[in-house]
Amino acid sequence: MSSVSSVAPRPATLPEPKGFDAFLAIAIVAVIAACTRALFFTPIDAMLGAAQKIFYVHVPAAIVGLYFSCGLLFVSSIMYLWIKDERLDRLAESAAEVGLVFMGIVLVTGPVWARTSWGTWWVWEARITSTLFLWLLVLGYLVLRSGVESAEVRARLSAVMGSLAALLVPFIHLTVKLFRGMHPEAVVLAPEKPKMPPEMLLSFGLSMVAFLLLFFALLRLRFRWATLRDARAAMEAA
Amino acid sequence: MSAVPAGATHRAPSYLSDTWRIARKDLLIEFRTRSAFLAATVFAVLAVVIFRFTWDPTAIPAMDLAPGVLWVIFTFSGLLGLNRSFGLELAEHAYDGLLASQVSREAIFTGKALANLVFVICVQALALPAVALFFDLSVGPSWWIIVGIVLLASVGLSAVGTLFAAIASNTRLAELLLPMMTLPFFVPLVIPAAQATAVVLRGQPIADGMAWLKVLLAFDLVFVSACIVVFPFTIEE
Repeated sequence: MSSVSSVAPRPATLPEPKGFDAFLAIAIVAVIAACTRALFFTPIDAMLGAAQKIFYVHVPAAIVGLYFSCGLLFVSSIMYLWIKDERLDRLAESAAEVGLVFMGIVLVTGPVWARTSWGTWWVWEARITSTLFLWLLVLGYLVLRSGVESAEVRARLSAVMGSLAALLVPFIHLTVKLFRGMHPEAVVLAPEKPKMPPEMLLSFGLSMVAFLLLFFALLRLRFRWATLRDARAAMEAA
Repeated sequence: MSAVPAGATHRAPSYLSDTWRIARKDLLIEFRTRSAFLAATVFAVLAVVIFRFTWDPTAIPAMDLAPGVLWVIFTFSGLLGLNRSFGLELAEHAYDGLLASQVSREAIFTGKALANLVFVICVQALALPAVALFFDLSVGPSWWIIVGIVLLASVGLSAVGTLFAAIASNTRLAELLLPMMTLPFFVPLVIPAAQATAVVLRGQPIADGMAWLKVLLAFDLVFVSACIVVFPFTIEE
């Protein structure tokens, strides 16, 4: 059944996993610092009130989760089908899992903010709906990964799903946008794009940097874990 | 095809005739056993009846509810057939025989997808009148537009569904996994189809639903081609 795979040069012993990751520590400190600045050293929005503070978590998480993670997942899936490098498969796996966390943050902070600003927990607005579907899609992708035993088959099948998902996202977005467009209901009040005072803009910029650091730290950690797991599986098989 | 004259060299069958042969094989098995078709139609009719009892006709007009009911049933009864498409081949390693034959992988996919398309359309041909009957809908002269919507949505559903059925048959979870993977992909089919059906049922001119039909058509074009391209990757080299 299983083809003779080209065996990568295996390390004789597993590299020691480190208990402390400096990059992750820096990223966590940066996120705490950015949140502290946003909470205590940034003026309260005159219109939206204190709830606007969620903005400094919600929007960076959305940008990181939706654009960086999903983009990375799609690109590495398509590249895997092309050059069949198992590192790309690990990258896709890590991006999907870390992205699921960030999209989870978006989907939790979103309703909390919506409740205070719009008066309702959930609005079937295009961007919210797209995020929800994308979250479910990535969840399905991870369940697929968990359902396949062989590493090579798992990589191949999940790369197929990842590539098709890249095609699906524009369709989902178009559909939910049209769905809203055809219902002339109260237009959701979209917070006007940054005409923000410089203090707020700086706080936002800092949280964006902090969240990006956190994303790359988690991605790196998850990728390393996957590498160790595969190396161990290869050693056990040998 | 013309008859091969005696002594002629053997020609490899063409892509389309391979596709047809695979589809015919699957449909013949289904026609002889009728197991999935029976399950899917009984499910569809039962679901219509159950939906009828959850609905208060004085609160929501049938016109508003029926398109949603129709397309939810359509999706789930389609899934019942898709599950079987590759499950069928796993028994006694029939799939290995298929792969060892001359037939190209793309032809296997289009053949299977074609068989699923016929299956889905047949189920829908029974579910559609059932919904019309139990929800007391008068479709009127624009019934052919609904048939067109059904055809457009069925093409996309069977292409994507066949691909994921092939993927799911390789996993431990098989039929549990199929809905999890496919339902997000059916979103750009089910929402436009339900919306376009609602436009027709309300008696509005079809121009109002044109945007939805375009989404369906674009989905079909993109995903039928994409699925044919990626299907060979679902098969072990």
